[in-house]
Amino acid sequence: MPERVLEDGESRRRFINWMLGTGVGAFLVSVLYPVARYLIPPTVGESTAATVTLAIKPGDVKPNTGQIFKFGSRPALLVRTPAGELKAFSAVCTHLNCTVQYRPDLSHIWCACHNGHFDLNGQNIAGPPPRPLDALVANVRGSQIVVSKST
Amino acid sequence: MGLPGAPYGKLWTWLDERIGLAELEKLAKKKQVPVHRHGLWYYLGGMTLFLFVVQVASGILLLFYYRPSAEEAYESVQFLMAEVEFGWLIRSIHAWSANLMIFALFVHLFSVLLLKAYRPPREVTWFSGVALLAIALGFGFTGYLLPWNELAYFATKVGTEITGAIPVLGRFLVRLLRGGDEVTGATLTRFYGIHVAVLPALVTLILGLHLYLVQKHGMSVPPGVEQRGGATRSMPFVPNFLLRDIVGWLCALAILAALAAFLPAELGRKADPFAPAPIGIKPEWYFMFMFQTLKYLPSHILGLEGEIVGILGFGLAGLFLLLIPFLDRRAARGESSRMFTWIGIAIIVYIVVLTYLGYTASPTR
Repeated sequence: MPERVLEDGESRRRFINWMLGTGVGAFLVSVLYPVARYLIPPTVGESTAATVTLAIKPGDVKPNTGQIFKFGSRPALLVRTPAGELKAFSAVCTHLNCTVQYRPDLSHIWCACHNGHFDLNGQNIAGPPPRPLDALVANVRGSQIVVSKST
Repeated sequence: MGLPGAPYGKLWTWLDERIGLAELEKLAKKKQVPVHRHGLWYYLGGMTLFLFVVQVASGILLLFYYRPSAEEAYESVQFLMAEVEFGWLIRSIHAWSANLMIFALFVHLFSVLLLKAYRPPREVTWFSGVALLAIALGFGFTGYLLPWNELAYFATKVGTEITGAIPVLGRFLVRLLRGGDEVTGATLTRFYGIHVAVLPALVTLILGLHLYLVQKHGMSVPPGVEQRGGATRSMPFVPNFLLRDIVGWLCALAILAALAAFLPAELGRKADPFAPAPIGIKPEWYFMFMFQTLKYLPSHILGLEGEIVGILGFGLAGLFLLLIPFLDRRAARGESSRMFTWIGIAIIVYIVVLTYLGYTASPTR
């Protein structure tokens, strides 16, 4: 008889432990799941801007200069090459996300953060950047500059 | 000391009966600090702690004027610097004390490393110390962004983008850190929360553990001293060592006041997400050696992107640092382990040289 009592007690204990463990586990999950979801930022719809008309006139962009403009939610770079051609690139450096700039003294594109260099076709030519800059298409329509995503 | 019963008057007795002051007193009296030729390094941990207390106090004061949003952060710091009486002083003390604290922390870490104070049974003390280093760097990184100026904006862009190099989880972690795909006001709010709530809570726990373990195990005597028969003398912590500590703290406070008064913290230009990264952009000095390493790495190494190699390298180096108590088997057995002394020296030389290059190499080439 005492042996049976012991077994009974043991299985009861095991059952209670299992209930307790499951309860604690369920409690933790019910707390941690919403917290984890809360911490992940909601996705904001990607900017759909595929085409941007710039506020600058083509005649105001001198050769061998570059300037940053807003392309959707990200910065982009408009360059007038020394030869007079208009070009546009994403200004986000492919290395670590800094914003690049045009260097008139070198006549190419440069990132100040880690000394990355890109040529006038956006190709990475020196320093740490692993990929070329994303190219955009710059067109002159009358007295306006229209930049669009290259397809 | 004192007669049993009522040594220091009625209030003491009343408190003693309720919270056990006599036991605390006994504990404080028991603590001894060994005296030997490397004793100077014992002061660095206390120095770091003191500067941390300065950080907490000045940080709380800054909270009264700071506003954590992209529209107001820069202006609120500008107001604090220009209009609020002694605002410049509080902010400069916070900025300088942060730098001195990290410096003291590094010296503390390397003295513990070179004197092999991580030997058993102090492994967990070492682990908690390395965790505190990581938290201190986290404080520095998140705090740097809060004034929302140009330098901080790009430093944060780069710093968070580095997380993206982690395999598989990278992009997810970048979004989690930034509170979105880009560094925006959402990042500022997030960093603010981490800086003033999450990290302080973590520090309270881990610093508590660290200090408890230091009390439990007492000061470590370096192997070199032990081999010569151990420290022959010791001094009581209260008051002898504590008074020496306080002398050091007062000196630190004087240096801090001088730095804050003569070289007040700058604010720079407000962050503009649509401006190119400024020439000469640099992180805080304690991230400089990593920053400079990333500059030197070519775009591809063995088919991998250069920065991924660099970041994995630093990750492994951090892991190595953490696990030193387990890796240095000779020191654990009480034998001399010259190899780990040289590894320690090599790490110091690497950090010093790369930091030096970071400040002297031309940013534009």
